[in-house]
Amino acid sequence: MTGEVTLLGVRHHGPGSARAVVAALAALRPDAVLVEGPPEADPIIALAGREEMVPPVALLAHAVDEPARAAFWPFAAFSPEWVAIRHALDAGVPVRFIDLPAATGFALDRAESAPSHGDGRGIDPIVRLAAVAGRADAEAWWEDVVEHRAPGEDPLACFHAVAEAMAALRFDDPVGTPGSPGVAPAGRREQLREAFMRRQLRAARRAGHRRIAVVCGAWHVPALATASAPGSATADRELLAGLPKKVRTEVTWVPWTHRRLAQHTGYGAGVESPGWYQHLFETAGSRPARAVAGWLARAAELLRAADHPVSPAQVIEAVRLAETLAALRGRPLAGPAETMEAVRAVLCDGSEVALALVHDRLVVGEALGTVPPDTPTVPLQRDLTRLQRSLRLRPEPEERELVLDLRKELDADRSRLLHRLRLLGLGWGTETTGPGRSTGTFRESWRLRWEPEFAVRLVEAAAWGTTVAAAATAKVTERAARAERLADLTRLAERCLVAALPDALPAVLRALADRAALDTDTAQLADALPALVRALRYGDVRGTDARALHGVARSLADRIRVGLAPACTGLDAEGAAAMRRRIDAVHTAIGLLAEPADRSVADRWAAALAGISRCEPAAGAATGVPGLLRGRAVRLLLDDGRLDPAAAGQRLRLALSRASAPSDAAGWVEGFLAGGGALLLHDPRLLALLDAWLAEVPEDAFIELLPLLRRTFAGLEAGVRRAVGARVAAGPLGGAAPAPPAPPVDERRAAAGTATVLRLLRPHPDAPSTPTPPVRPWIPRQSDRRAA
Amino acid sequence: MSDEKTTAPVLRAHAEEAFAGELAALAASDDRPRPPGWRLSPWAVAAYLLGTRLPDGTVITPKYVGPRRIVEVAVSTLATDRALLLLGVPGTAKTWVSEHLAAAISGDSTLLVQGTAGTAEEAVRYGWNYAQLLANGPSRAALVPSPVLRAMADGKIVRVEELTRMPSDVQDALITVLSEKTLPIPELSSETQAVRGFNLIATANDRDRGVHDVSSALRRRFNTVVLPLPATLDDEVEIVSRRVGQLGRALELPELPGGAQEIRRVVTVFRELRDGLTIDGRTKVRTPTGTLSTAEAISVVTNGLALAAHFGDGVLRPADVATGVLGAVVRDRTSDPAVWREYLEGVLRDRDGWQDFYRAAHELAD
Repeated sequence: MTGEVTLLGVRHHGPGSARAVVAALAALRPDAVLVEGPPEADPIIALAGREEMVPPVALLAHAVDEPARAAFWPFAAFSPEWVAIRHALDAGVPVRFIDLPAATGFALDRAESAPSHGDGRGIDPIVRLAAVAGRADAEAWWEDVVEHRAPGEDPLACFHAVAEAMAALRFDDPVGTPGSPGVAPAGRREQLREAFMRRQLRAARRAGHRRIAVVCGAWHVPALATASAPGSATADRELLAGLPKKVRTEVTWVPWTHRRLAQHTGYGAGVESPGWYQHLFETAGSRPARAVAGWLARAAELLRAADHPVSPAQVIEAVRLAETLAALRGRPLAGPAETMEAVRAVLCDGSEVALALVHDRLVVGEALGTVPPDTPTVPLQRDLTRLQRSLRLRPEPEERELVLDLRKELDADRSRLLHRLRLLGLGWGTETTGPGRSTGTFRESWRLRWEPEFAVRLVEAAAWGTTVAAAATAKVTERAARAERLADLTRLAERCLVAALPDALPAVLRALADRAALDTDTAQLADALPALVRALRYGDVRGTDARALHGVARSLADRIRVGLAPACTGLDAEGAAAMRRRIDAVHTAIGLLAEPADRSVADRWAAALAGISRCEPAAGAATGVPGLLRGRAVRLLLDDGRLDPAAAGQRLRLALSRASAPSDAAGWVEGFLAGGGALLLHDPRLLALLDAWLAEVPEDAFIELLPLLRRTFAGLEAGVRRAVGARVAAGPLGGAAPAPPAPPVDERRAAAGTATVLRLLRPHPDAPSTPTPPVRPWIPRQSDRRAA
Repeated sequence: MSDEKTTAPVLRAHAEEAFAGELAALAASDDRPRPPGWRLSPWAVAAYLLGTRLPDGTVITPKYVGPRRIVEVAVSTLATDRALLLLGVPGTAKTWVSEHLAAAISGDSTLLVQGTAGTAEEAVRYGWNYAQLLANGPSRAALVPSPVLRAMADGKIVRVEELTRMPSDVQDALITVLSEKTLPIPELSSETQAVRGFNLIATANDRDRGVHDVSSALRRRFNTVVLPLPATLDDEVEIVSRRVGQLGRALELPELPGGAQEIRRVVTVFRELRDGLTIDGRTKVRTPTGTLSTAEAISVVTNGLALAAHFGDGVLRPADVATGVLGAVVRDRTSDPAVWREYLEGVLRDRDGWQDFYRAAHELAD
């Protein structure tokens, strides 16, 4: 046990530390390198040396039986741990991770039942050191004293200095007993980690290595230095004896992004400016000052690409400004703050928009790492990678738009993949115009953005199956069995169709049929129908067999029809408003459901509507259908041409007659006019009826009705509202008043438009010569004007 | 220069005179390298603007209340002999910052070109004394140098106020000065070369009507620093109180009780109308046509102080500032009165502790 151990205390993701580590390792020529990280990753550490492995990457460890319990160790190109690993692999020297195993960590998490990511250290030691140095900005201070400094004569000097500083911070208690003063609240976990690292260190020495280099967080250096102290081995053994049983854990490499490194929360590493660090590490090998010039030149290039003219002279001035600013602030070299000020003042003319671009693309950077294809991984991940390749959908960290034409084979497959991943909880794509929102059924637009933590989701989803399709099918089947509400099930069925999961559909439909049969609440049935009908509609575009679905939808429609009248009776204002929205949605859905050849569904629905339209309350509100719904039913029937305007006018007259309560009448009008009041303009009689009724409402009742009326008329289109107002203001309405004279039609100018309109109205392409009779002959605008 | 020696005290002293003591103390304790032609080191200039306490106990009052980095970038820009363009909406202390920068760097803030629609090229280059010209022909003696030319010859900072108000051709006369650091005088077959220490600070506001765009050739020769509006209510109250205090001393207005409260009130009204949102973020309000800058708030409060001191009961009352606020808000006779009345009735009427102000403003608005 006579191995010489050199402890290289670093700051995680510090480019200066990384450079210093390179220099130190070159000078030390160790025969073993130990790195802070999970030992489970030792078997796959060799992959890090492969050419296909491009940082940023991360080690992902997850518990096998509980994939959501996962932890990451991210590495950027400028991470000292990464350069140490690369150095060791290049030199053919054994390299090993020495931290507490992830499996033990998970077991501890489980015991504590409060998962902790990362170190969980209360106070950053660097903040404390910077405070001692009299600097408020710890990040800038550390950059000045460590990261921006080129390795000097003695490559180990800076490690000695850092070790001394940390030892001073941990002076009171080098082992870091929790609760002792002067020490950041290290906690038991820290203690265990350090004890474990010491044990690994001793093991490496026992294995016969002569010169051992240890790359670990600077904070741990004083604790690891006591590894060979007498009695420490026994103490560590006692400490580690009480560890819980390990959780079965798998480890793999996953691609990572700079953006994720920059985040402070979740799995982020809190590195403010990874892009800057990367640049610093790549360019500042010998002359750190050149890094600023190179970086500003890159910023200029970026701005020029974004159509913002930047001259080389301006770049020179920006470099000068950054350096002067650094001198003014007493910093040895311009940092990201100074260079960004220079970019803002010189290159961007003070524009924050241009500055944000530079920050996003350069300071943070959009780098996404890659891992070798044969990295051990869950089969689901392999399947996804294969699909991504064959569908030419590369995972990219930048957000981008993708418009799919579902009539094309490739696009349809892409759409299926994205939908399936969504079912699995991977929000790689979000639909910007979803079904039900867009008017076309064969186009989908997506917004794609790959987040590195999808790696975790994939591992979680791996429990469902080995391919994306199988996993999605299994998950949907499971969800269908547990769904509580009918609407959830129909939505699931819809998503099943768009994701093309024919194997899951029977289970969903079975659950749907069961649930629908048991569900007696018409409101729930009504909520469920629209999604189901939407699903049916694009069934044919996606080539899915939807006959079974059709049957379920029709039976749903029937059940809604039967339950409609009881469901509408005796509702209060709020309930009526909700029911009105449902009736509208169901009405639209039934319009889509009814096949042109077989109108029976629509006919029966219309009969139900006619039924509720006549259910006036005879004695109190509880005995009939509220005015809102009756008015709505009349309007829907009128729009469908099942009721002629004269009859509708008659209904309106009755509803507004003195016998009915004013509030009920106002509700009737609201239901009748909702969703378009143009018919008031087309049929002056309706408007006259309404006007006469309004004029007769007694004053007390009017004040009561005012909010309702205002809501009704506010819902009309602005143009219609204005026109109605003008009509009413123009003078007496009704049959007696002559129709306002329409301006004469210029037949010559109208001819061009008429031809197109006629083409549009043509029923069949093979019958071009017979224009369709107007669908709604009772809307008399055209004929009115001709007559005038 | 026509320095008429008068015994009467000036209405407003130049920055280098008003703060002579602070500048001297800074110069005495300043041991950092100074760029050629500079009275102070860049660090001391920044300290002069941002305020600090010197080792000998002298307190340097802050001249600019706002982000530190703005002053640092401005000073660094001048140290790299690049021209500085201070950009911002009215009332963001552009002129104020430029005056103090010139005072601290050159010890002279009087070299000033005021940009207006009528500013001629002579104001930027040079003019002629026609009597001399006719009597003796073209000569140096007949030349009337512009502030820019004088600053170049003496190695000082020249200020160009409201750069964008000048016609574009006059603006472009500055290009030679900034890029070649020389001003040719073809009539004399000669030139004036800038001495070290010369630089130019321009201020411009990019939001006003009737501005001439700066050509990109000229724009490239400037480093741009955008001065933001005060970030918080407290910042703005602090700025207004400080300036009102200074102005009040200059005008020999007595210190009046009630000042702090009314300053906060005026600033609150201005901010709410400017942002179109009440301070608590609950209610939207319409924005009037006026800019409602911090500078206007300062003048409203000063005006109120004068009213209270000379015509009131010696206490700054809501009624004293209400007139000024109304005048600042209602700029456009057709639309602004409605905005003001809406704000008054909708927001201020029911606000706790604002009844006096509401009543005063209500009477005025009718």
